[in-house]
Amino acid sequence: MKPGTKLKSAVCDTEVMVIRGGADAVVECGGSLMLEQAPAERRPINPAFAQGTRIGKRYVDADGKIELLCVKAGQGSLSILGVALATKDAKPLPSSD
Amino acid sequence: MNISLVLQMAADAEPERIGLVCEGRRWSYRALLQAARAAAADISSAGCSHVALLDESSEAAAIALFGAALAGVPYVPLNYRLADPDLGSLLNRIAPAYIVGDAERIERLGPDLGHRILSRTDFLAAETASETLSSEYEPPEGIAVQLFTSGTTAAPKAAILRHANLLSYILGTVEFGAAAEEEAALVSVPPYHIAGIAALLSSVYAMRRILLLPAFDPDDWLRLAASEQATHAFLVPTMLGRVIARLDAGASADLSAMRAVAYGGGRMPTELIERALDLFPQTHFTNAYGLTETSSTIALLGPEEHRAARSSTDPDARARLGSVGRPLPTVQVEIRDEEGRPLPAGERGEIYVRGDQVSGEYRERSALDAAGWFPTRDAGWLDAQGYLFLAGRADDVIVRGGENISPGEIEDVLLAHPAIADAAAVAVPSAEWGEAVGVAVVVRPGSAAPEEEQLRALVRSRLRSSRVPERIAFLDALPYNEMGKLLRREIRALFKG
Repeated sequence: MKPGTKLKSAVCDTEVMVIRGGADAVVECGGSLMLEQAPAERRPINPAFAQGTRIGKRYVDADGKIELLCVKAGQGSLSILGVALATKDAKPLPSSD
Repeated sequence: MNISLVLQMAADAEPERIGLVCEGRRWSYRALLQAARAAAADISSAGCSHVALLDESSEAAAIALFGAALAGVPYVPLNYRLADPDLGSLLNRIAPAYIVGDAERIERLGPDLGHRILSRTDFLAAETASETLSSEYEPPEGIAVQLFTSGTTAAPKAAILRHANLLSYILGTVEFGAAAEEEAALVSVPPYHIAGIAALLSSVYAMRRILLLPAFDPDDWLRLAASEQATHAFLVPTMLGRVIARLDAGASADLSAMRAVAYGGGRMPTELIERALDLFPQTHFTNAYGLTETSSTIALLGPEEHRAARSSTDPDARARLGSVGRPLPTVQVEIRDEEGRPLPAGERGEIYVRGDQVSGEYRERSALDAAGWFPTRDAGWLDAQGYLFLAGRADDVIVRGGENISPGEIEDVLLAHPAIADAAAVAVPSAEWGEAVGVAVVVRPGSAAPEEEQLRALVRSRLRSSRVPERIAFLDALPYNEMGKLLRREIRALFKG
């Protein structure tokens, strides 16, 4: 999972871009594995992972090794091996251009 | 990674929000994306190696930037102020290009180069083209932008910024969609400058409406700021000086909405920033330092630091108003000596920078060292708190008998003379020392020109005798380019001639 890779949800419109990734990390959305290609047919969403994703938000795992940018929002929510990812609050910088 | 993602996300999040205003025309993010996609289809079918712009700022700059990105072709905005022979040579270097702008001039300077030439009107008309990209299309990575450096010391170099560099900068410094609906950024830097590119990308990602001024003029700037209630602006110091001069001369404009002004691109005189802070007590000022090769800003002096420095009695805190602030959290900065060894705080050397946004790459070669550090050729030092101070270009150092002399220290002393309005120190050939100090000075209007001996005595009294100018020239004005960069090579040529 190298930086810049885009992953698509199998259950909704969600798309994420990898900012920082582990070699063998597998990301799920709505309880189903995210892949570089969306499946032809959508899978049902797991209600335990249905809080939705928000465009422009960054999602991180507990130890901060994996960071994903949501580039397209959807109804599913993100997890790795069933553990929900948290949004990361960036420290705002003053606008410089 | 591809920078078109920035516009794609804004258009997905709020398609009907107005993202850009230029000469009364208002563009929603949806309309901008649609125009960029149509442009990309036309660019792809033209089969050119570059997409160029030879024009003032307009929506065409934004559409060409994102359209070229979608098509996977490097975008090369050209400096329309260049003289014909210089521009002709650049047109030759990017052939065959898809060029938008001054069609007559391009045809005259670059005939038979296989360019596809479009006027701005024709280019913008293509937005209604039927052919467009499929929604499943993934744009390629690689080179996003190629900028010719201004060449104040040598022939222009073709600096390359990859999608990954620019996107790292944007994702590292801007929060997506952070701007409130009323926020609007007045962009008056030319489209061929890195600040012009960064302004488009940052504002679209923050979803801050862009107010494009075709070319900078202080009265037009004040009018647009007032009529569109601009909340943000970026200016080079020369532009800020001209805006303040108009206000001092009695120009009136409603700048009550202006909450943040960023500046950079050249040395800010302390007098001017202090004046600006006093004139706009409610406005947040940010000093940004960066280079073309670093995808814009690498260090910032923020609003609180400006106000703290202005009101402080501590000389170190006050001096920070003359710094460019601290490096961004996403980049590393080091000061190194001539052998490339890192120097401790307080010692002057060359500024090196490393980070994902740093390209340090030219068409011909990469300037990065093995560990990824980019030697900026800017001289400077870090203070004990990590604030970065600039001390001119490393190439501008005068080497007199093996002793390195920074032009800035001599210029500061000369500017302290009440009759001197502007001063520049450069190396002049010397049989005895290899190089010696030559200074060009501009006498303040209404003042009598001081004796040369008086200026030498002033330098001798403040600095070592090696700094005393061997030659002094009195000029009506110093040569600056349109971005306020002093053209030292022209002053050096003056002493040679």
